[in-house]
Amino acid sequence: MTTSVRPIRVLVAKPGLDGHDVGAKLVCRALMDAGMEVIYTGLRQSPEAIVRVAVQEDVDVVGLSVLSGAHVPLTRKVCEALAAEGAGDVTVLVGGNIPRQDFDALREVGAAGIFPTSTPFDEIVRFVREGVRR
Amino acid sequence: MSKPKPVIWESGIEVKPVYGPEELAKSGGVSDVGKPGEYPFTRGIHPLMYRSRPFTMRQYSGFGTAAETHERFLFLIANGNTGLNVAFDLPTQCGLDSDDPMAEGEVGRVGMAVDTLADMEEAFADIPLNDITVSLTINGSAVPIMAMYFAMARKRGYDLATLRGTAQNDILKEFIGRGTWIFPVEPSIRLVGDTIEYCARHAQKYSAVSVCGYHIRESGASPAHEMAYGLAIGRAYIEHALQRGLDVDAVARTVTFNFDIYGNLWEQVCKFRAGRRMWAKILREEFAATDPKAMQMRMIAGGGGGGLTIEQPENNIVRGAYYALASALSGAQTMALCSYDEAYTIPSEHAARLSLRTMQIMIHEIGLCDTVDPLAGSYFVESLTNEMESKIRAIMADLDAKGGIVRGVAEGRVQAEVNRHAWERERRTQSGETEKVGVNIHKEEEEQRPVEFHPYREDEAKQQIERLGRVRSQRDGQEVARLLEGVRVAAREGRNVMPAVIDAVEAYATVGEVCTALKDVFGSYNEPVRF
Repeated sequence: MTTSVRPIRVLVAKPGLDGHDVGAKLVCRALMDAGMEVIYTGLRQSPEAIVRVAVQEDVDVVGLSVLSGAHVPLTRKVCEALAAEGAGDVTVLVGGNIPRQDFDALREVGAAGIFPTSTPFDEIVRFVREGVRR
Repeated sequence: MSKPKPVIWESGIEVKPVYGPEELAKSGGVSDVGKPGEYPFTRGIHPLMYRSRPFTMRQYSGFGTAAETHERFLFLIANGNTGLNVAFDLPTQCGLDSDDPMAEGEVGRVGMAVDTLADMEEAFADIPLNDITVSLTINGSAVPIMAMYFAMARKRGYDLATLRGTAQNDILKEFIGRGTWIFPVEPSIRLVGDTIEYCARHAQKYSAVSVCGYHIRESGASPAHEMAYGLAIGRAYIEHALQRGLDVDAVARTVTFNFDIYGNLWEQVCKFRAGRRMWAKILREEFAATDPKAMQMRMIAGGGGGGLTIEQPENNIVRGAYYALASALSGAQTMALCSYDEAYTIPSEHAARLSLRTMQIMIHEIGLCDTVDPLAGSYFVESLTNEMESKIRAIMADLDAKGGIVRGVAEGRVQAEVNRHAWERERRTQSGETEKVGVNIHKEEEEQRPVEFHPYREDEAKQQIERLGRVRSQRDGQEVARLLEGVRVAAREGRNVMPAVIDAVEAYATVGEVCTALKDVFGSYNEPVRF
């Protein structure tokens, strides 16, 4: 039986000032439909605020959505702050307008999964299910 | 013969395989078509439309510092752009100065950084403001940015009474999509009212608001919802302004529109023809406007970012041309086209020039300006224009029955509806139900070619912060503090804030300082999150 296992908890966050939230909200819904518990931060969150919620809510996954181009510095800040809070085991995913040439830089700063725009939801759900070690 | 597959537009209207006089009569006939330049303006707001003047070409641009943006402006003008459409960076749009901690990494990234009047002066230096009209894509912080634009124009000797131009300044749509809100809903609308009132009294040729169905559509809404929400928002601003004792004919002329084009070509054309006559009817029937100019829906239409794909990006060039065609067949006054690389970066010069050339080819080569509203009288187009009008009317009636657009936005209901559309749209694309070339049909293994991206220049962000520091140290600090207090007092006492803000920015108060002064009185918006 798997009913005693708590569902995967995901924080979907919009770091920085970027107001494009269509994708973030769609991913929230796709993850919820897949049976996960999803918390959405709303717009314009600082990396510190995102990490505070991630720790408080004891999430397994933090999904960052960035379409402004500032994805590398924002991901770095979130990963550093997670590590500083002793939550370095949280899986960090990045989605949005992410050029392929930035994939390595994102992985280096701590992104476990990168899902540029037009990634099918199934792929994200599968990655989260398989990738989250609990 | 087998029955053809049903065709249903995104707006929920079913299209028949063939239209004739019977279908047209059943849909309501042609009694509302009228003549171009005459009420209800179905066929366009000018009697001769593009025969007297082609649409204005106003490509969206801006990045880095004012100096760098100024160069791009000159490039676009040299290539035939007849208007400017200014992109501001996110700190400016959110009312933060470049040295604010939240602005780190965002200064000059998606648009031009503006902190003070000095930046505004540099960006528009030597550009003739009434020949190359300027549209400011600014919303949450529209009050200080419009104030800076007016202060800059005045310093250069322009009379505000004859100054032409547009501010986007549609805060309701920022709450629905796009997200550069600052203050809570009620005071935000009051600030839009302040700008409308200021323009109606002092800058009568200036368009204080460009109501954006565009971003609502980009956020997921169907074309019919885009138009319905746009009309409802325009109506809400006018209602608000009229409470100040202004004349409806003066107010309505300061309100223009910005709409989106992608998806089904005919659906867009019918959306615009229906929307234009609905706006005219709203002004005449609901507000008793008497000046025909006040009833005219003036619009910029194009863009189409939501239709572009990162897959096979050159296909976006072709899409852009079809969007431009839809725009011209719809009678838009102004056109801006997303460039083919815009699905992933700020347009390169090459891509921006191609968009311009696309519009120029329409004007000079293929005869799109030959005659007014060439689709008028088509059984199909007129029938579907009628059906689109009914559809839009039904959405507006439902919105009104639930307390109107302002309440719907404040309670997050409108956002939830748009989110639902976005979900449906995405689901249909991912399942292949909505066909998208290069995405779910005719896919190719994407070559791993390096894509050229617009670079983010850390050094420029640093320069901007240094420049801001210099302006701060050179201005009369005490005077600025006194003038900012004047902004607070005007806000608190319910007086129009525009005169006080213009005084403050003339003394080089920053965007952040003005917005902080307003936040001291109004507070900040708390985003309701509803799925």
